Amino acid sequence: MVNGILGRKIGMTQVFDPNGRALPATVLTAGPCVVVQRKTAERDGYDAVQLGLVEERPARVTKPLAGHYRKSGVDPAQARLSQVREVAVVEAPSGDALQDGNEVRVASLFAAGDQVDVVGESRGRGFQGVMKRHGFAGGRATHGSMFHRAPGSIGQSSWPSRVLKGMRGPGRMGGDRVTVRNLRVIQVDEENNRLVVNGAVPGAPGGHVLIRRAVAARREPAAPVQDAAAKKKKRN
Amino acid sequence: MKAIEAVERPQLQTRPDMRAGDTVRVHVKVREGEKERIQVFEGLVIAQHRGGARATFTVRKVSFGQGVERIFPLHSPIIDKIQVVRSARVRRAKLYFLRKLRGKAARMRERRRN
Repeated sequence: MVNGILGRKIGMTQVFDPNGRALPATVLTAGPCVVVQRKTAERDGYDAVQLGLVEERPARVTKPLAGHYRKSGVDPAQARLSQVREVAVVEAPSGDALQDGNEVRVASLFAAGDQVDVVGESRGRGFQGVMKRHGFAGGRATHGSMFHRAPGSIGQSSWPSRVLKGMRGPGRMGGDRVTVRNLRVIQVDEENNRLVVNGAVPGAPGGHVLIRRAVAARREPAAPVQDAAAKKKKRN
Repeated sequence: MKAIEAVERPQLQTRPDMRAGDTVRVHVKVREGEKERIQVFEGLVIAQHRGGARATFTVRKVSFGQGVERIFPLHSPIIDKIQVVRSARVRRAKLYFLRKLRGKAARMRERRRN
């Protein structure tokens, strides 16, 4: 079984839970994916599959990539794969259902209530100062302050006569690979390959994401309202 | 965008036509332990925020001389029903100016509904 699936972020909305609370929710398209290449422990040293995300419109494919697709039985003329990524395989099944060209869909992986990690690329913020980028406090805005958003001291004097490695400074921010862990799946729409998760997901709408089983899934969070009701029931 | 609408659509509840200036009775389900009862919040709609399943409306009332405003998610399942009691003729969509007015100054003229 595959550990995750590729998709795209669509956007956010809210969903009401049974208690009437409005949960922040992100809508994702997840798959369908095709197996572009199967990696096995014997041949490659590890178990994984290379998945390609199937899109509605055909993607542009370079000749080398087309050849790679052809090998796995994906027709490159109609290749609609927008992204190819490797995804680990859990419990390599003995029958080995996963083969080149096989399709992977959301419903086979996740159900409502599951916890997932979502990996995406955060929005690029360009060249940013130290306050926005690293959360430095900065200085006072008024009252004669002449120190506003500058980083301040970045080191000592004649010793060591250099700036220590790893000193945080201004620079490019965003556009990093970001993982959000333990998001709860609210809804799975098999027909439309849609997934709704509770919480925010990195990146802009339309951005590619990898949705995988939670690496460190948290146990059921105690819902305080329901718990109190349940305890009362026990006493009675 | 269509996908978001598809997620929101099943959550939409049928709510009466409201607008700013209407006096409404909002029947809210309140949970006390295991029991559920209905509480009514009556007041004037001073603002509406559209947006599919995320739409909200703000109800203002004066309770024991103290102005109280409550923002309800329009499609929240905790709202049992909404009754429009009265409609006033108002000329703007957000009636925030009412916060500064009280008593006679906060009176409103009735709007004819058809």
